[in-house]
Amino acid sequence: MNEIFNEITLFSVVSLGAIGSIAAIILFMVARKFKVIEDPRIDTVEELLPGANCGGCGLAGCRALAEAIVKAESLDGFSCPPGGNDAMQDIAKAMGWEAEAQTPMIAVLRCNGSREFAPPKVRYEGAMTCAFAHSLFSGEGGCPYGCLGCGDCVRACAFDAMYMDEKTGLPVIIDDKCVACGACVKECPRNIIEMRKKGKKDRRIFVSCINQEKGGVARKSCKVACIGCGKCVKECKFDAITLENFLAYIDYEKCTMCRKCTPVCPTNAIHELNFPPRKPKAEKPKTEAEA
Amino acid sequence: MGGVHPPENKFAEKCAIERLDSPDTVAIPLSQHLGAPAKVIVSKGDKVLAGQLIAKGDTFISANIHSSVSGTVAKIDDVIDASGYRRKAVVIKVDGDEWLDEIDRDATLIKECNLNKEEIIKKISELGIVGLGGATFPSHVKMMVPKGKKAEYLIINGVECEPCLTADHRLMLEKGEEILVGISIQMKALGVDKAIIGIESNKPDALAHLQKLADGYKGITVEALKVKYPQGAEKQLIKALVNREVPSGKLPIEVGCVVHNVGTALAVYEAVQKNKPLIERVVTVTGKSVKKPSNFMVRIGTPVSALIEAAGGLPEDAGKVINGGPMMGKALNDLEAPVTKGTSGILIFTREETPRPPEQNCIRCAKCLTICPMGLEPYLLAVLSDKKRLEECEKERIMDCMECGSCHYICPSGRPLLDQMRVGKARVGKMIRERSN
Repeated sequence: MNEIFNEITLFSVVSLGAIGSIAAIILFMVARKFKVIEDPRIDTVEELLPGANCGGCGLAGCRALAEAIVKAESLDGFSCPPGGNDAMQDIAKAMGWEAEAQTPMIAVLRCNGSREFAPPKVRYEGAMTCAFAHSLFSGEGGCPYGCLGCGDCVRACAFDAMYMDEKTGLPVIIDDKCVACGACVKECPRNIIEMRKKGKKDRRIFVSCINQEKGGVARKSCKVACIGCGKCVKECKFDAITLENFLAYIDYEKCTMCRKCTPVCPTNAIHELNFPPRKPKAEKPKTEAEA
Repeated sequence: MGGVHPPENKFAEKCAIERLDSPDTVAIPLSQHLGAPAKVIVSKGDKVLAGQLIAKGDTFISANIHSSVSGTVAKIDDVIDASGYRRKAVVIKVDGDEWLDEIDRDATLIKECNLNKEEIIKKISELGIVGLGGATFPSHVKMMVPKGKKAEYLIINGVECEPCLTADHRLMLEKGEEILVGISIQMKALGVDKAIIGIESNKPDALAHLQKLADGYKGITVEALKVKYPQGAEKQLIKALVNREVPSGKLPIEVGCVVHNVGTALAVYEAVQKNKPLIERVVTVTGKSVKKPSNFMVRIGTPVSALIEAAGGLPEDAGKVINGGPMMGKALNDLEAPVTKGTSGILIFTREETPRPPEQNCIRCAKCLTICPMGLEPYLLAVLSDKKRLEECEKERIMDCMECGSCHYICPSGRPLLDQMRVGKARVGKMIRERSN
């Protein structure tokens, strides 16, 4: 009994050992032959990136961006919206390159057609996705350009930087959390969200409307629509505002944030965010100098 | 394969077609057909007669549009239409009812047609005939058989499988002879010698009537079909009548068939024999609480509100007004939307019928699989398109979906399957187009 047992044990140990060694040799040879040589810098760059895999850079994720940067041997044309300028400067330092300073951006919602200003005329009860609602009709308020309020942008945001305001039916962007990755911009079927330059202290001025209908038609569905009157264009001394298809647009590169256009808008379509409250009229020039 | 049996609710079945007077103003949209919108050729202030060409379809897949009334062009402006958006339309202020001289308005039947193939197709194209079954595909395009293909059968869709709608049913009863002449003209244009009219067996009167009449026409037969939805869809109809299957992504001509609606056959008759462009059509106005469910012969461009008024006004408990039938129709967001060439019915849901059931989780019951007439997996496609996995959607044949809505109707969890698949279809379509560019 004991002898047979010993024989079996011996046989198993020897045969398994032999198979193991042969396999080890094969694996060793294969590993040497098909060795993938990877630039170690890719790992360095990837570590410096935020690792959100948001796709804001236009590539498949942080790893893909790192590979692309190392391959190109420069930072030109690459940007990491969530990492911003800091991440790029860090990478440049680690690689020993030069990097241009990038201006921080932020998403802004260019629609103010809340339930109050654009009261719903019909009720939508299809699938709660803007992509579908957009293919069906102009929207509960009737504006064919305005926000549909199903929250596709909120679902697209990987940084919890957006939420739907139950009262207004519009999405809200949280300044501190938005990293300008642009996922919401891509998601919105109506192209309402725009990436704009973040001003000093997160300030920004923009026309909160993208309706390109004639003034009268636009006003019919929404009280705060841009009617294309052109008052702001006349008011702006820096040629920052252009009017096209009954819609004003403020160029953030040219805008000096003087806040002169905001009060002249008859429909309050121009929004200013994060500015100190306006001072009485007499002191207006002083405010301007501050801003 | 597949199919559902929704309650038929054909309230207006016994109501003869009534001619509705033209309203004070009509708004004739420039995009009433599948394909490129037509180009306007009139301008503000022009006097037009009923039947006069007002917009020209100048691309291959497009259709001419004619004035449905006589009067003055008030404006060419954006008007909210059944699409839910404001789109370009010609608004005409009605003045009297003068028709173009060449249109024969006499009701006598003209059986003889001495035109040849090309002349018939040219006339159909010029007079703006489109498929009246709902998809509004320009008819002349369907009549031109591509090179290398041969049409064997002309299949006429008299199924009207959408619940509630009765427009085609009434047409078959009241204009049977005209429809049959129209079919013979279409057969001549296509060069086929066999035509089959498919009618669901829930319309025994129409079946008997057309069967009797068809004896006098060579090559036309009438067949009764099982009642189910969607029996009248092109591919299902071909399968039921000639037992051929159209391959995925291909047109019926691939299996030697061309499918037209009975309404289109009538429009072809009127165009070829009477020179009458497609300027009016039969619209069913119906609903559980509608006072007077009716079938109206209305001019294109009449606002929907005028039709509802004629059917006894908007019921107090109206919850939703639908353009089309309950299965494939779309809710209107403005009652001033005009009737177009594709409007087959106006259905008014009561407030009780309106709400959708609350959306719950998929319980994997596979009901949607068993009823899908195209043999798709709606539950899977809905999830895939929601997650934007477009390549997989394409592999699972999402483009074969005809949007009949059966899956959405049958789903015990009230999931918006069709809504999600429509989004997926649009995205996959875009992806395919981009790939081929």
